Amino acid sequence: MTPITNIFTLIEQLENWVERQRKGSFAVYGLIFTLLVVASVLTLFLYVSFAGYPRLDREFFTGYASRVPEQAGILPAFLGTLWVLFLVAVISFPLGVAAGIHLEKYVQNDRLSRFLEVNIMNLAGIPSVVYGLLGLQFFVRSMGLGESILAASLTLSLMVLPLVIISTREALRMVPQMHIEAAYAMGASKWQTIWLQALPQALPGIVSGTLLAVSRAIGEAAPLLVIGALAFVPFAPISIFDYFTVLPVQIFFWLSKPQNSFLVNASAAILVLLSITLFLNLLAVGIRERWHKRLKS
Amino acid sequence: MKQEKLIEGLLKLSGWLSLAITLSVMGVLLYNAAAFFAMVPMWEFITGTSWIPFAERKAFGMWPLLSGTLLTAGIALSLAMPLGILIAIYLSEYASEGWRRIARPALDLLAAIPTVVYGFLALVFITPMLQWFFPSIASYNALSPGLVMAFMVLPIITSISEDAMRAVPKIHKEAALALGATRWQIVRKVVVPAAFNGISAAVILAFSRALGETMIVSIAAGQQASFTFNPAVAIQTASSYIIQMSLGDVAQSSIEYSTIFAIGLSLFFLTYLLNNLSFWFRDRFRSSKIISAA
Repeated sequence: MTPITNIFTLIEQLENWVERQRKGSFAVYGLIFTLLVVASVLTLFLYVSFAGYPRLDREFFTGYASRVPEQAGILPAFLGTLWVLFLVAVISFPLGVAAGIHLEKYVQNDRLSRFLEVNIMNLAGIPSVVYGLLGLQFFVRSMGLGESILAASLTLSLMVLPLVIISTREALRMVPQMHIEAAYAMGASKWQTIWLQALPQALPGIVSGTLLAVSRAIGEAAPLLVIGALAFVPFAPISIFDYFTVLPVQIFFWLSKPQNSFLVNASAAILVLLSITLFLNLLAVGIRERWHKRLKS
Repeated sequence: MKQEKLIEGLLKLSGWLSLAITLSVMGVLLYNAAAFFAMVPMWEFITGTSWIPFAERKAFGMWPLLSGTLLTAGIALSLAMPLGILIAIYLSEYASEGWRRIARPALDLLAAIPTVVYGFLALVFITPMLQWFFPSIASYNALSPGLVMAFMVLPIITSISEDAMRAVPKIHKEAALALGATRWQIVRKVVVPAAFNGISAAVILAFSRALGETMIVSIAAGQQASFTFNPAVAIQTASSYIIQMSLGDVAQSSIEYSTIFAIGLSLFFLTYLLNNLSFWFRDRFRSSKIISAA
């Protein structure tokens, strides 16, 4: 016996011993691990709530950035996040759905289809900070949009576009083939079939995917810091060409200050951001569950 | 009819937009990095072990940033990989259906948490805790963001590996059971080997995601570009360097500024390779599933 196989037999024996000792108590360990992870998320949420909640008064929502922690507020960041939420949804939804329909229903060539699919997965895998570099060169400089809400939203829309495309394709695939064929049998054209049959049935799935994509976008700070988010926006952004900041960026700047009292502000802002994210996620899951039930019935 | 052609034309345009985005990312990075490589030899960039972009005597070797990136991602993976695979085994082989339906969305929620929140967690929670155990750890270090990052990439590992394990044909497990295998033996000898491709795809994708993660390290790992694999001291990653540079007021035409595109290109290249390796494993897992189902 070589030393290598010796080691393997040893491991084998060890495993058998462990197996005899606990007789399937792995179930218990697995449960503990899973509970630990879930519990740590809850702890985080509770901690942030306790630390941040007292700060969540009216002044916090209506105030601007300030050097005095107790006077600083999140109005520009909060409005910026709402702008981004709205614009990313408006930009990425039609583009993503159109691309998804084209790729799912119109690309016949298998190799081309495969190539485009891998390309979209690759897009989804590009680090967000690299999208920031793209946005910086493309929107901020070449198109001359400057450090505006529009440039930020376009950058984030490109970043989440693959997610919308992927969920559109998956949703279209869930529509029963029977309904599609029935539409064709009635003499509907390809586009009529898609527009009147496939798309309405797939819509909840697509909306759910888009909500998740938007929630990803409003949590991002890295690409926005690269394209030039400001630490200090002294006015409420009312136009898409205004300078911008958003909640994650504001949180980042507060965390990089040495004073401890800014941490309280950061906690409070995190609480607001997490609430929006959580709401969007639960909404998305709810819509998807209802849709699955309806598809099954 | 004419209208329909127009609509289909627009659809096609959107469909090809994804390819245009990929090409523009590559184009932007290559174009701007070319300006950098015109001044700094590529060989120096790839092999250099000191990164001093601001001082009088500059040095542009990528290794300090690369080591920081690999270190934090490595720490994340060394926690997330065992934990993620164990949870996946538990959820696919042991957990009851009801509990699984609660646990899995709860785990997926980890991926939905904004990364600045994880950064906050590392800086305010984990680092002080680590310092309490090991007083010699610096307030900015690689260990704390690495550990927190593990939670961020955990859902990638659990969800893809669990899918792979659940795709193992039931008949294989039953055959092992009939031969007298225990539950753990089935996991060890049937489920894990059969799901190996899927698990590999999951782990590689998680590693790639950890390499590109930016905010956690920007907040909690410091800004010290030093060539070290010591987890207790401040480091800098490729991504956090890009952020630091973007925040500074460096002239946009300077060589310091063009470094962010060279670093961005390296990061893009690295994650692109890993992502495609992951897709390759995933394809193998999918095609093997078809064979075993037939």
